[in-house]
Order: sequence, then structure tokens, then C-alpha cells
Amino acid sequence: MGEWKLINANQAAAHAARLARAAVIPAYPITPQTTVVETIEEFIHEGIMDAEYIRVESEHSAMAAAIGASASGVRTFTATSSQGLLYMGEVVFWAAGSRLPIGMVIVDRAVGPPWNIHTDHQDAMSQRDSGWIQMFVSSAQEALDSVITMYKVAENPEVLLPFMVCIDAFILSHTYMPVNVPDQAEVDSFLPTYRPPHWMLDPDLPVDMGNLVMPMEDYMEMRWSIHTSMEKAKELLNQISREFAERFGRDHGGLVKAVDLEDADVAIVSLGTLSSEAEYALKRIDTAKTGLLKVRMFRPFPREEIIKLLKDKDVVVVLDRSISFGHSGPLAMEVRSALYGIDEAPKVVNFIVGLGGRDVTYKDIVSMVNFAIKVPEDEVFPCYWYGLKDRIRSLRLKGVI
Amino acid sequence: MVLTIKDLMSRERTYLPGSASCPGCGASLAFKLASKVLGRNTVYVVPACCFSVIQGPYPKTCINAPLINIAFAAAAACASGITRAHKITGRKANVVVWAGDGGTVDIGLQALSGAAERNEDMIYVCYDNEAYMNTGIQRSGSTPQKAWTKTTLGGKVQPKKEVPLIVAMHRVPYVATASVGYPMDLVRKFEKASRMEGFRYIHILSPCPPGWGMSSNKTAEMGKLAVDTCFFPLYEIEHGKLRVTVKPRERKPLKNYLLAQSRFRRTLSEADVEELEKEVVKKWNQLLELEKLDRIV
Repeated sequence: MGEWKLINANQAAAHAARLARAAVIPAYPITPQTTVVETIEEFIHEGIMDAEYIRVESEHSAMAAAIGASASGVRTFTATSSQGLLYMGEVVFWAAGSRLPIGMVIVDRAVGPPWNIHTDHQDAMSQRDSGWIQMFVSSAQEALDSVITMYKVAENPEVLLPFMVCIDAFILSHTYMPVNVPDQAEVDSFLPTYRPPHWMLDPDLPVDMGNLVMPMEDYMEMRWSIHTSMEKAKELLNQISREFAERFGRDHGGLVKAVDLEDADVAIVSLGTLSSEAEYALKRIDTAKTGLLKVRMFRPFPREEIIKLLKDKDVVVVLDRSISFGHSGPLAMEVRSALYGIDEAPKVVNFIVGLGGRDVTYKDIVSMVNFAIKVPEDEVFPCYWYGLKDRIRSLRLKGVI
Repeated sequence: MVLTIKDLMSRERTYLPGSASCPGCGASLAFKLASKVLGRNTVYVVPACCFSVIQGPYPKTCINAPLINIAFAAAAACASGITRAHKITGRKANVVVWAGDGGTVDIGLQALSGAAERNEDMIYVCYDNEAYMNTGIQRSGSTPQKAWTKTTLGGKVQPKKEVPLIVAMHRVPYVATASVGYPMDLVRKFEKASRMEGFRYIHILSPCPPGWGMSSNKTAEMGKLAVDTCFFPLYEIEHGKLRVTVKPRERKPLKNYLLAQSRFRRTLSEADVEELEKEVVKKWNQLLELEKLDRIV
């Protein structure tokens, strides 16, 4: 079923919005997200997509309009990147607090200054605690399938949270790949029409949404409820991903995807396209039996899977395409904290790589794994910058290899 | 058919007793009047402003209509999303932004301009109390020249930003100014706006007793004096045609208005009053010139 097309992940994301029947699309262009909004414009112009397209004047307004539309009971989609996401940040939090299952594609791009339009996860990481479900993907097909899957997770009455599907700039956004674009009927039978079960802006059932809450009232309970729904989303994603795989014949994994991990002694853990590169590197590592754990869902964080799949490993190599300045890579922090307290927990070695789109090849990953294996057991909190220029490496500084 | 006070009295109220406004709140009075005209089939969007508090703290509200609170800069954009969603769902309802002057003329100006330029189908209301009153009286772009606020202790240097005219330059179908001192003029403008489509903008002068330094029983009087001194002229711009809706038979001296408020009394010299009066007369005459044009835009 479906139709094979040679498209990039941005076009795949636009197809996903069309197939999900997103009815209001407020969007503002930013490189490298632009072809998402351009493709949606083409769909609407050609009459193959029936949606209200709001060509807003900023990302802040894009998300505010998405909030208004979603609160009026329609499925809503937008996309942004980098500075756009940061500018949108205030209303990103507002969307989650309002419990609106808005869908958004983030084309992960470096944050300035200096200007840099290439891939980096710093933008998405900045919204880690916003209450949005965050998924990272590593192919155009996975981008399309994940947007459709995530609407079903996000709109579940026990979840009701917005989601972002994060795709790496250029590596996915501008690279053409064969993608199976499902038929509308297939998607319709998988993804039901959005019917808000909680509240909407309805004059027949007036609700005042978001008014002032005093400390002794329910603010903390509302926060607890978002947290609880996040946990529920973990359960649902695994279940709905299996359902998707059965119907569409494509299995991208659930919260995580493991490759050759079962009898491996070393595990590579990463997000997005670093995982595809790592998968390719696996067969070229001859120093230890190495497997891969691709983390698809970053928020909610799949700590149970991390513990189950990594606790018996000797070494866990975490590749981070972003940096929490003054500490370490964000993914490594989560992996370490999940493994803390486990008897004979694996040694976790973190590498900061590929910032601002610097290329990370399978050869780099092989050499990082080889380095990680040799890191002494008693080294506290190993975190290394990999791939810096020779003029910095020659200084032989701690934490630079 | 001309709307009368009696008609208004008999209408259902969506603004219920028990709001958290200060006594004599001009914005509260404005909402009471406007909401009577707009009726129950109205969706309100409220950015950060006094009305974030006035509507009452969770789990209560004094507004018996659907209302969404939204971030400070985002009201017109949020309302754009609502009005477009209505096109999809087929719902016919007024979509009304109810925002203060800070959320309109300063931090919310970009979203307002975007929505106006796109001619989104909504009524955007700015209740203008001429400073950031909810945060405790700091100057805004809408604070008049020479007014004392907690961030202009010597009086504001710059004149008030002319946002109704700025909005009119977006070529929207309807722009109006109103004052709670002229309630029937205000309700007629809402009535006219609610019968139109596209982007409609109403800017209401809303006296603020604690912010302006006046007693709370002077709200209506101050709202009236602002118009009678030509300090805040009432006009409407319908499809580009400007009409002054209230013309004082004899303009009252500006000092009657200024010196009745401690925000001016504490900063103004006699020379200042004279200078401000000249400005007021000049602007009033300009407005009368604009009225003579077939269309101002």
C-alpha cells in the first residue's frame, strides 16, 4: 500500500501533516525548515490538503495561533528550527500547560551566535522541560510515520500533551530518500478525528482556561498531572508503535530501538542520525562486541528501557550533539542518572560531537568506542570533546581528545 | 435602530458580579458594557494584563463565556488561531481580544500588526489605562507625555503612541476609539463592529483610580473630561473613512482634566499645561482635517 516517493524529511513531514488532516497550520519560515511550510503551501494550493494556513509574522505567533486553534478543537501542526524554537519558547511551555496536543516538527539546527544553519540538538534540548513529548528520528520515513503515530499518542485522553518530532538539519531535511507515503484511507483508519475530551473554547460550555492559580490551589497538582501523563505516553508509544508496525509493515521501534545489543559488551547510545551512523560503525568495531541503543523518545525519558538494556554492559558510549555548558551532554546526564545505584553499573563515557553540523563519520564513532574502552574504571565522570581542531587538541587539555 | 441604555439593561450579562477589579476600575466598566453588546456567543482571548486578575483566581471566574489566557505578546496571534479554527468547524462566534495597553501598543504590537495585516476576523479591544497598572504603574508606550509613573518619576518625556491610527494604516475595516465616559458611543461602536467582518480594533480609554491618582468615584467623570478637553478624541474609521463621533460644543480647559489626577499634578508646571494644551488643540485640528478626507487610507 501507499506510494513510493523520492523525498526529503521536510517533505515527508508535510505529507504527514496532510495525511493526519491537520486543519490549522500556523507557520513561519526558517532555514532549514522552509521546505516543510512550502510543501504544505503547495498541497493547499493544489487542493490536495484542506487546511487553514496562517502565514504568521513570527514563531511566537505561530505557536500562539496553534494554541488558539487547538483550543478550538482542531488538529494543529507547525514546524520550526533553532532560533525560531527559542523565540517561540514562551508559548511552547504555554501549549503544554494548556494540555493541547499540537504537533510540531523541529528541524534541529545550531543556535547562534555565530550564525550556523547546520544540525545540532541544542535547540530541542532547550525545550526539554517544557512539557512537550520529544522524539528524535533518523530517516525521512521515520519522520513521516512518527508524526502520524505521535498524534495518536498525544491526543489520547490520558496524555493530552503536545509533541515535537526532531529531524536533523540537512542530513535529513535536505537529503532525498525513498519514502512510502501511505494512502489517506490507511491513515484515516489508524488515526481517528481529533475530539478534545477535556475542554475547548465553546460558548455553550464556557471554560476559563489558564487563569491565576494561588499556591494553595491546584498549580502543583496540574504540574503533577503533566508529569503523570508523560509517564503514560511512554506506555502508549510502545503500544501504538506496535499497532503502526502491524498496519503499515514498518517498525521503527518504540521509545528506543536496539541493534545487536543483546550479547554486546559495549553499547553506543545516541539520538537522531548519529544512530544511523553508529549502526553502520558497529560492524567495523573489532575491539569489543558492540551494540546500539537508539533513543527515540527523549521526553518522557525511557529510563526503564535504559536500565533493562544497558545494566549488564561493561561500557556505555553516549554521543551527544549538544552540550549543557559547564556540565556534560544532556543525553549522557540522563543515561548516567538512570544507571546510578545499579550494582556493577557500566562505565558511561560521554562524547560531545558534531556541534554546528561538524561531520561525524562511522570512522569517528569507531575511534570513540576504542577510546572509551580504554578509559580507566576509576575515572570520574568521563566526558570528552571529540573532533575539535588540532590547534585545540595540541594543547592536550583535559576532556579533549 | 439605535441602541439605548434600556436595551442594554435587558440583555443577558456574561460579566458576573464578584470580579477582582479595583473599585472604580475603568477597564471593568468597559468590559461590562462591551460584553453586554457582544453577548454570550463570544470567545475571549486575554493576554497578561489587569484582566488576568480581574476575571478572578482559579477555580472561580466572573466571566460566563469561554476565555483563554495567553502569554503577554501573543493575544492577536492566539485569536487568529481561534478564528481560523472556526472556519474549519463552521462555528459562528465573536472572537474578541481583551488586552491592556502594554499588551497592545508595546509587547503585543507585532502580533497585533500581523493579525491586522492578515485581516483576521476578530475584534481586538485595547482597554487603555495608560501604563502597566497590573504590575504597579510603570510607563508604557501609551502613557501620555508628562505623566508620572513609577518608571517616569519626573514625568514621561515622550508623547503617547498613536496606535489606533497605526492600526488604521493596515487598511482594516474598522478602527474606533471609545471612552467609558461616553458609554453609548462605546456600545454603538461595539454594536457596529460586531456586525462587520475582518479585523476590527477598538481602543478604549479606561481611567484607573490607583494608577492615575484620583478617587474611585471619578472614573466616568474623568473618562468624559478626557473627551471634552479633546485630550482623548472619540472617532471611528470605517473602511478608511474617519469620522469624529463626539465633538464637544465648547472644549473644556485641559487643566480641568490634568489637575484632577495626581499623576499629572505632581509633575506639571503651568507652562507644561499650556504646552500640552497647544499639542491637544493641534492634534484635534489635524483630526478634523482628516475627517474632511474621503478616506485617510
